[in-house]
Amino acid sequence: MADKDIIITIENLCFEYAGDGDPIPALTEVSLEIERGSFTSVIGRNGSGKSTLAKNINALLLPTAGRVVVGGYDTSLEEFVWDIRQMAGMVFQNPDNQLVSAVVEDDVAFGPENLGLPREEIKKRIRDALESVDMYDQRKMAPHLLSGGQKQRIAIAGVAAMKPDIVIFDEPTAMLDPEGRGEVIDIAKKLNAEGITVLLITHFMDETIDGDRIVIVDGGRVRMDGPPREIFRRAEEIRRLGLRLPFPVELARGLGARGLTVPADTDILDSEKLAAAILRAAAGQGEPRSRGEERGDGEHAGGTKGDGSFVPEGAGQMNRPLLSCVVAEHLTHTFNKGLAYETNAVADVSFEIAEGEFVCIIGHTGSGKSTLVQHLNGLLKPTSGKITVGGVDVTAKNASVIEMRKKIGMVFQYPEYQLFDETVYKDIAFGPKNLGLTDEEADVRVKEAMALVDVDFSEYAQRSPFELSGGQKRKVAIAGVVAMRPEVLILDEPTAGLDPRSHEDVLEMVRSIREKTGCTIILVSHNMEDVARLADRVFVMSEGRIVKTGSPADIYADEGFLTGIGLGLPPARTFANRLSERGLALPLNILTMDMLADSIVNCAGTVS
Amino acid sequence: MIRDITIGQYYPGYSAVHKLDTRLKIILTLAYMVSIFLAADFIGYLVIFVSLLIVVKVSGVPARFMLRGLRPVFIIIAFTFVINLFMTDGEVWLRLGPLKITEQGLYTACYMALRIVFLIVGCSLLTFTTKPVKLTDGIESLLKPFVRFGLPAHELAMMMTIALRFIPTLLEETDKIMKAQMARGADFETGSIFRRAKNMIPIFIPLIVGAFRMAGDLAMAMEARCYRGGEGRTKLHVFKWGRRDTGAIIAYAVYLALILAERWFEVQGWVVALF
Repeated sequence: MADKDIIITIENLCFEYAGDGDPIPALTEVSLEIERGSFTSVIGRNGSGKSTLAKNINALLLPTAGRVVVGGYDTSLEEFVWDIRQMAGMVFQNPDNQLVSAVVEDDVAFGPENLGLPREEIKKRIRDALESVDMYDQRKMAPHLLSGGQKQRIAIAGVAAMKPDIVIFDEPTAMLDPEGRGEVIDIAKKLNAEGITVLLITHFMDETIDGDRIVIVDGGRVRMDGPPREIFRRAEEIRRLGLRLPFPVELARGLGARGLTVPADTDILDSEKLAAAILRAAAGQGEPRSRGEERGDGEHAGGTKGDGSFVPEGAGQMNRPLLSCVVAEHLTHTFNKGLAYETNAVADVSFEIAEGEFVCIIGHTGSGKSTLVQHLNGLLKPTSGKITVGGVDVTAKNASVIEMRKKIGMVFQYPEYQLFDETVYKDIAFGPKNLGLTDEEADVRVKEAMALVDVDFSEYAQRSPFELSGGQKRKVAIAGVVAMRPEVLILDEPTAGLDPRSHEDVLEMVRSIREKTGCTIILVSHNMEDVARLADRVFVMSEGRIVKTGSPADIYADEGFLTGIGLGLPPARTFANRLSERGLALPLNILTMDMLADSIVNCAGTVS
Repeated sequence: MIRDITIGQYYPGYSAVHKLDTRLKIILTLAYMVSIFLAADFIGYLVIFVSLLIVVKVSGVPARFMLRGLRPVFIIIAFTFVINLFMTDGEVWLRLGPLKITEQGLYTACYMALRIVFLIVGCSLLTFTTKPVKLTDGIESLLKPFVRFGLPAHELAMMMTIALRFIPTLLEETDKIMKAQMARGADFETGSIFRRAKNMIPIFIPLIVGAFRMAGDLAMAMEARCYRGGEGRTKLHVFKWGRRDTGAIIAYAVYLALILAERWFEVQGWVVALF
């Protein structure tokens, strides 16, 4: 075997954070060699030690034991620190907290300025770097006016301008919408194609498929290490580590469990090849039906297929008497009224939401989703139009604030950032107390809310909310709203930034809150799969308007319409469409992996 | 609401005012502030007003935008006005119960209120037309002579750069936290002062926690980009003296001469005497 060109060598790396008492180990005996020019993904749950590992590579953290050698320099030698950091650039998670300057091009200049490069060279590098992330036109803008994805691209340009050999991405997409996520990953791939070694730390499996290598970290140790194709064969292990599998792998497994085996030598990470293999396998079990029969069968397959998996979860609720709970009439909200840059954030929106309904609002970032929902509990007053909630006009000038808050609970994005009190108990009691409840009543509410979000009362009630894990904090913050016993619960991106297991936990929690309390739920989301799984009805927003409403199956039936306004489909629906194009007669209401797998097996099995 | 604050924000443009040498702009702003105190009476203020109007016009910053910057300090202006209106002794002009308004009071009140408006508009003109980075570069450059006396000029400038960068972010954060707590029934608008102060705790604590998190993240990001203080650092922006700058000095000299002449010759006295 030829000599490999190793750019990063990690030998028996141990790292401990200084705690109040004993030091807290974050990494134990980690050894890795990273090849020059490779694309390596490091995956792990929150708190698994993956970010600590990244920070050890560019000497932001120094090993407690063991050593890290980057491009021939040992990170523990102080004289090489700046060489190492120039060589190994780093892009961080939070798009807001890593930009230094209030002007884009000056921010990109920051690194090269620190390196003491000649002025002309810096100017050239700013231009090159901004062009490579396609942000040159925005060079004079202030970062806070850009989208999250754009900010992240600026951060990448700032690193690229230092001409690094390695770029470490520390969860660069965790706080972005799907579009921003795609942009960032594309740029990472592009940098890699230009010869830069990329280290991508993430918990989105789909981002790692095209890489050369995956390292899975858990509990501060490397648990798995290998090329994606090998790693994803070990599906059970990955699941046990609390991680999700990429969609094609899940599908192949789902089919396997239903008796339709995709040949073991298939490259299942390549959706084209997987599709072809599925078609072949289906053909082996029986000829796919012709497209002509597809429609009729599709209708049959819809709604009441008996085996349950075809019915959207919670659809049973629709049989209740439909009392309108939230009614909006011609709602319009104009920002900067009268100024040159006057914009209609919400434009002439009307809708009715029934009691107990689960509504998801989807739309591109900036389509007005967040502005719209802030009207529902009177946080924003509309420029014109009217909203009634349970018969109470919340847009009226004299609307009682307390009445509104009682009726509608609102969980903002990253709700854990609003935690403030000494103990979890006091923080959750804040809302009920504001409603004027007595201590005894509040106590009942706190216990009830903690049970609903599945956070153990005896263990957590007296702890400080600030020392909990990310997922726990979020649940506690949601409990703070649930404790007010709202009739309508609004959640704005409740799973943003969570790792796969916490993501599932929070969704499960939302579902159980709805089941146990029967409250109406309005969920704002970018995650099409979650929407497909949860919603009774979907509102699609674009440019301040609700452009379409319908059941998830209706909404996702029109791929062209959704992509036209910058939205995607749940992965199962996308894949189903690819299979349909190849002639497999699949029903049009497929939304989840299970539905897809069932339909494929059905398709293959029924005809002979 | 909270997003309306425009003080300290940059309004992009390519006007002559934008392009002035920042060091000169800072010095002229200081000189302008002095000139406000040199103006003796309303005729002097008329000179200031007209000059300011011209500069604002040239800068291309919409007047609306400038005035919005006054909104947060409106209370201070109103307070100054009222205090001076009622507290100045002299010939009584109007009586409102126990309160009296004197002619001098009215005069001083207008005078003081205008003074604050002029000061704020002038200063915000500096920040509106100067990229924050240039502003801090300018301050750093002006403070450089004092480095030998132990003044940390670069560090001060860097702190300002960061402060300017994070003002909008922190404002957004505050807005978000306020709304989140209001959604939980928090009330910031009623009750006694003490009660209101206490009600602010649910905003302050998350905000401070957030600011520390931001600071920690940013420090890490700056270090990762090889920041190690001012030494050996290139400055992307260098100041080049141009004809425009010389022109600005002359313009200011003329303006100052007008104000001083008006003061010297007591023009207002003449005008009043004329009627």
